[in-house]
Order: sequence, then C-alpha cells, then structure tokens
Amino acid sequence: MSPILFELLLRSIWETMLMTAASGFISLVFGLPLGLALVASDRGGIAESLWVNRVLGAVNNGFRSVPFIILLVALIPVTRLIVGTSIGTWAAIVPLSIAATPYYARIAEVSLREVDHGLIEAARAMGGNRWTIIREVLVPEALPGIVAGFTVTLVTLIGASAMAGAIGAGGLGDLAIRYGYQRFETSVMVAVVIVLIILVCGIQWAGDRLVARLDHRG
Amino acid sequence: MNQHLSATADAAVSIGALEVPDDVVRLVELKRRFGQTAALDGVSLAVQKGEVLGIIGRSGAGKSTLIRCLNGLERPDSGQVFIEGREISRLGERELQPLRRRIGMIFQHFNLLSAKTVEDNVALPLKIEGRPRAERLARPAELLELVGLSEKAKAYPASLSGGQKQRVGIARALAARPALLLSDEATSALDPETTRSILALLKDINRQLGLTILLITHEMEVIRSIADRVAVIDAGRIVEEGPVWSVFANPKSAITQSLLSGIRPQLTAEIASRLTRGAGTEAILKIEVAGEAARGPLLSDLAAALPGGFRLVHGGIDHVQRQPVGTLFLAVPGADADHLEQVTAFLRAREARVEVLGHVANSV
Repeated sequence: MSPILFELLLRSIWETMLMTAASGFISLVFGLPLGLALVASDRGGIAESLWVNRVLGAVNNGFRSVPFIILLVALIPVTRLIVGTSIGTWAAIVPLSIAATPYYARIAEVSLREVDHGLIEAARAMGGNRWTIIREVLVPEALPGIVAGFTVTLVTLIGASAMAGAIGAGGLGDLAIRYGYQRFETSVMVAVVIVLIILVCGIQWAGDRLVARLDHRG
Repeated sequence: MNQHLSATADAAVSIGALEVPDDVVRLVELKRRFGQTAALDGVSLAVQKGEVLGIIGRSGAGKSTLIRCLNGLERPDSGQVFIEGREISRLGERELQPLRRRIGMIFQHFNLLSAKTVEDNVALPLKIEGRPRAERLARPAELLELVGLSEKAKAYPASLSGGQKQRVGIARALAARPALLLSDEATSALDPETTRSILALLKDINRQLGLTILLITHEMEVIRSIADRVAVIDAGRIVEEGPVWSVFANPKSAITQSLLSGIRPQLTAEIASRLTRGAGTEAILKIEVAGEAARGPLLSDLAAALPGGFRLVHGGIDHVQRQPVGTLFLAVPGADADHLEQVTAFLRAREARVEVLGHVANSV
C-alpha cells in the first residue's frame, strides 16, 4: 500500500470513529429518555398516557422503517439547517443520529421494561416520586442492558456510516468502495475489512467488560 | 420514636380529633372491585399503636389489596382509610408520598435493588426523604447491626440468602423511622427455619421499638408466632377477628377452622374413616379447652368422676400468647347415650367444648 493510501486509510479510520462516536453519543442522549418515555407512558407505567405512548411509538417506527440510505438523502435539508452544509463527515452525523436514536430507544425500552415491577412498587411504597423511580430504580437496574444495547448501537452505526460516503462523508466504507472496489486496490479492501473487524471487536469487548462490571444481579 | 415523628403524630391526631388517638390504622367499610370480583367487600378494621395485627386468608381473599390500600398503592372504590387519624384514600400521589415515608413495607420477594449495595438499599428511604449524607451513612450501619448483617454492608443483594435479603428488607423498611410496618407475605418465600428467625426479628422490633405491625399471610404459623390479634379475611370480608389465642381456641367460621387445621391436632384419618353414627364399643370425643380452663387438672378430674375411664387417643396442648390452647381426642368405652351425656356435661361444666364425633366398633 502506498503512503498516500495509508494516509487515506488513517483519515478514514478517524472519520468513521468520529461519525460513530458523535452519533452514538447523540443517540444515547436522546434515545435513553425516549426509551424511558415509551416505558413510562405505556399501560401500567409510572406516567401512563396511552396516546403519548402511541404517538411516540408511531414516530419511532416511522423513522426506523425508512432505509438509512434514503434517510440520508431525505434529511439533507435538515442537515443543512443544523450543520450549515449537506456534505462531509459532520453532515453525516445528523442522519446517523436521527436513525440511531429511535433504534437505541427501542433497545433501551426493552431493558427498562424488564425491571421487576416489584422494585418500582417498593420505591413507591418508600414515598419515592417518578423521578426517584427513574433515577434510583429504572435506570440503575436496567443499566447492564442499557450499556449492552448501546454497544450494539455503536456497532450498527459503524456499518451505517459506510453508507455516509454517498454524501461525501468519507470514512472506511467510502474508502473501500472508491479505492478497494472501483480502483481494484485489493490491499485497501483487505486493510479496511481488518480495521473494521478490529473496531467492532474492540467496541464489543469493551461493552461486554463494562456490562460485567455493572451487573450485580448474580 | 424521635421527636420529629411524635410531633407529626400529634398533629395527625389533632386533625382527626374524633378518632381514638391510639389507632394507627382505621379502615371503614373499604370496598374495591376488580371487574366482576369484589377484592374488598366492606372491610372495617383498626390497628392500635404497638400491636401486631395479622390478617390471614387464602390466596385471592383480598389481603394484598387490603394492605396496598394502607399506603395508597391501591385505591378503594369506597370507604375510608385513616392512617394516624388522617383520611388518605382520596389523596393524590404527591400528597401520599410524605405519608408513605411514615409506613415501612416488606415484601414476599424482598424487592431489593440489585444495583445497590446492602447499605445503599437501606439508605434509599433516607435519600428519598432528603436526609443529610451523614445520616444516610450512620443509620444503615445502625439498622444492619439491629438485623445482624453488619458484615454485609458492602455486599450486593445477589450474594445474600433469602433470609438475609429479608433482613435487609426489614432494615430498609425501618430506615425512615416509620410509625407502621406493613408486611406483605414477608416469610412466604422462606424455609421454615428462616421464617422463624425472621418472625423472631419482627417480634423483637415490635417490642423494642414499640412499632405497630400489620402483616398479611396465608400461614397460621406466622399468626401464632407473632400476632397479638388476628383478622380472618375471606372473599373480601373480615369473617372473624380477635386475640390470637381466643381465635385459636374457638374458631367460629369454617374458613378459620380450615386454616387452623394444619397446625392444630386433627383426628387421624385412620380413625376418622372408621367412625360410625350408630353404636360401637367406644365413642370418640373431641374436647377443646383453652385459657384458665386448660390450666386445671381436667383429665384427672374426669377420670375420678367417671367410672369406666377413658383413653386419650390423640391431641395436644399448644401455648399461644402464653395461653394454653388444647385439643384432645378421647375414646370413651361403653358409649351408651346416658354415659356420654354425663361425660359431656362434666366437661362443659369446666368450660371445655365437647363434640361427640361418632363411634368405633373396635378399640382404636
């Protein structure tokens, strides 16, 4: 591999990591509260409100049912509004985040829903309000699942970010298509695949370690 | 209890000035339906300060609904719930929250938070109450000492046995110095030995702290070991209520008798199967005697007064709340009607309850 290609590889790694980290962070910040809202507003939840639940669920499903490559293009006006441009790495972070947030919200919802109802009742019996229940019961008890789900989301984001090349965001996927595939640079293709494997394994390993440390359910 | 609490208690009593000040809990005609079934069908009850009231019933009798009405986890359709003189059944969630801090609760499945250490679990009610950090550290240590789990303060609940988990549950329920402890089948998931130790702990706490306890259970054994008074609930109604020893000695309703059958002497099935209504060589009598009547030399008096004697077939004397409660099965030979009349008259004169169960052909 030539030094120029190698430099391109390094830059692509950085772009992929940036896109994954930034959109992962945003999906965590918005997806977790959304997951909480889905659980809390559902029947028997701590803030039962079925129409809120239905609206949130429908919006969530709507975003998740659009293929990412279409979302990427469809959201161009929104991206331009937020980032100021519709091309480049930062521009890709907007559709990535918008796609990952409802995805992660559903994963968080599943973990939160598994929290034993008896624990919520115990907190209520102690005189706890909703906020107490969220902070002391729901989130801490579901934390292993929340973290494991976040790991899955990050790995999915690495995959999705490969498509972001379509709007000139760069990244490893873009590099593999343009150099590895279109210019027959097999070494680039191999290098990208190896880097991706290492990245995914690294994230999964770190996530699993963290879950093991957080999980005291015995 | 500390000053802060007694001040609140006084205030509560003066609000409901018409209530008897010693009633920590008073329920008036409580009703609650779930669809077609009435979980509570007009329950009235009072729990006095410092007493242990046990509510017993089969599953589905309405006990869980009842106990959950006391801290507003469940809302009655009608009727009133007075806690320390204050009517709470119409209060909103926000108004119930400070009130619930005065009521500790322990659960069948412990409901400890798996993500928190034992001490943090115990400190949670204090955190909810917004107590200073120093107290949130000191009070759990004190309580874990009380329940005998000081060395587990930093452990996570998953590493504890069932009995230890319930001890943590008790410590947590006591953290905010409640006026009332609710126990929702607290020993039902524990083995008999652990059950005994948990009940002994609750009784200790009741005596040492003067804490009022209301417990629900389906096991008479629990009532016998810890309760001062018992209320039997069936199909949403209180069918019988009274001091434990007197209900044990003289159960009036069929449901109470059936609940008691597991821990009171019963005629063996073998003898029961041979009983006939007609004449036989021996009559089988069931004698129930309790309190003062059971302290006298009942059987030897009977033997002295009656020619022909009798045989003790089965039975036993239990002590409930330091009162003897006995059930004896006698086989009386001869068994003609006059003779039996004499025996029963003699026993009834000594305040024993006598029932002729039947006759057996050959001696048992």
